[in-house]
Amino acid sequence: MGKTLAEKILSLKSQSDVRAGDIVIAPVDLVFVQDTTGPLTIRQFQESGFGVLAESQKTAVFLDHAAPSPSQHLSNDHAFLRQFAKETGSALFEVGSGICHQLVAEHFANPGDIIVGADSHTVTAGALGAFATGMGSSDVAVILALGKTWFRVPESFLIDLGGTFPEGVYAKDLILYLIGQIGADGATYKALEFGGEALSQMTMSQRLTIANMAVETGAKVGLFPSDEITHNFLTAQGRGDGYKPLYTNAKAVYEQVISVNLNELEPMLSYPDAVDRVFAVSKARGIRIHQVFIGTCTNGRLEDLAIASSILEGKKRHLDTRLLIAPASRQVLAQAIEKGYIGALIDSGAVILPPGCAACLGLHQGIPGDGEVCLSTANRNFKGRMGNPNAMIYLASPATAAASALRGEITDPREV
Amino acid sequence: MRAKQSNLKGKAIKLGNNISTDDIIPGRFAHLRSNLPELAKHILEDVAPSFCARVEPGDFLVAGRNFGLGSSREHAPLVIKMSGISAVLAKSVARIFFRNAINQGMPVLLCDTDKIADGDELEINLSDGLITNLTSRPLPNKVGSGEGLLSSGARLRSSKTPSFMLAILEEGGLIPYIRKHKDFIIRCSSEPY
Repeated sequence: MGKTLAEKILSLKSQSDVRAGDIVIAPVDLVFVQDTTGPLTIRQFQESGFGVLAESQKTAVFLDHAAPSPSQHLSNDHAFLRQFAKETGSALFEVGSGICHQLVAEHFANPGDIIVGADSHTVTAGALGAFATGMGSSDVAVILALGKTWFRVPESFLIDLGGTFPEGVYAKDLILYLIGQIGADGATYKALEFGGEALSQMTMSQRLTIANMAVETGAKVGLFPSDEITHNFLTAQGRGDGYKPLYTNAKAVYEQVISVNLNELEPMLSYPDAVDRVFAVSKARGIRIHQVFIGTCTNGRLEDLAIASSILEGKKRHLDTRLLIAPASRQVLAQAIEKGYIGALIDSGAVILPPGCAACLGLHQGIPGDGEVCLSTANRNFKGRMGNPNAMIYLASPATAAASALRGEITDPREV
Repeated sequence: MRAKQSNLKGKAIKLGNNISTDDIIPGRFAHLRSNLPELAKHILEDVAPSFCARVEPGDFLVAGRNFGLGSSREHAPLVIKMSGISAVLAKSVARIFFRNAINQGMPVLLCDTDKIADGDELEINLSDGLITNLTSRPLPNKVGSGEGLLSSGARLRSSKTPSFMLAILEEGGLIPYIRKHKDFIIRCSSEPY
């Protein structure tokens, strides 16, 4: 009998022949915390009675959610995490390095790895074929101590992708469409596994966008097989040695198969206050937007900034619409400067924020006002998510965001 | 709270579907995450402003579908526990929240929560997952018809919690469990979930 990607990785790592539904203990290759979940995790680690980190793994600390810190409390949390990193020899990614999930993709994730982060969007690294999932502070504290954790081997949904993206339609539109189809709890405790002929033309940046939002269906992981595109990405990051082929067997058993023809997709939008309230942008044209935010672990990569820049270059944002842009990492920022994207975006009236989570989760750098509407390229639009429960958040692709910034209202990117 | 001690008793405080971790403890209070008593004052403040005033020690938080979706912040089950809630009942819960709640020593029971009304007095036996409604009242869809009174003692069964998760609950959470056992004392298994 064949195995899904999830069954393959967890079998290999637990050195047993496991199937969906089994409970396994498996070693963790990379464990990490960020600045809003880290302090509780570290305190729990200290309470666990284990003074030292397990040696079998890599440990990383990312200062990205409040970067630079906007308050005394958060500055003290940062100081606490820096001290922990120093004492334990964990890798510390300082303020300005970028978002944890982008940095995990750039520096750590390999096909077949198990990665656990104290952050729900840890699933992002599934783009590289890593079994990457988010857990809470207690679970992560125990991984720090033991270097391993328990997993329930998930049943898998195969997302079979055919065709190619039409003009103006991107990976974000695909994953929003899928979330609309599956629902916010339709894949709870499952694995989404992506496959099909469309993968051969799907860039790593697009895969990261898709894997990132797998958790918005309730899924535990969003997994891509590894291929030449994975190998090329790793080689470009100086980590070509980490490449391993990872693919499913033809006879793998899936709980569901969802087939999507990319040719039939159009630009999509999540309506406030739920990620699975998904409609076509063409049905929402004309909704007034006060703030556009392009960035986050979902859509803050070089390709995303290239798309935004191509739409905004030589033009100006709408006078009544603020445009905030946060590159996902220092590497992305440096490359976007070199390519001229940042210059073009600044000329169009954009505010460039430091690499990090920025306005995504309501701590700083762009909290919308009462009654204001924000169009964001992030992954969540829950009430209050951006720091104000009286604001509304729509989610869309960088192309839709850039087009909407030009007109000051929700705009189909195929029209500009 | 040690989950195994006895039957739990309290009133139901009902919430709707898709209560996210941002609803439970909004991200804008992240600066208070190292000051838990202060953070806990903001529990559910945007979606259920009366929660803090109503909740009494031992009460149950009774939700609909997909409770606790969103962020991995364990502060969510932590502030629920700090408020005095002794167990969460829901039709379904998000994966990370489920692990986090158990890891905090707070039982999560999956059941048809439509059968429970806000304010109902409940008794829960954790060892068999049986929920007994101690309230007598007209059934919601039979109001005015003079029949269909829910008699005290109506029972509701919840789905089974995997035994190794019960073991974590019995120790009061994952950290006390690990402090005691120094390791996971479970073996690979094919337990239905």
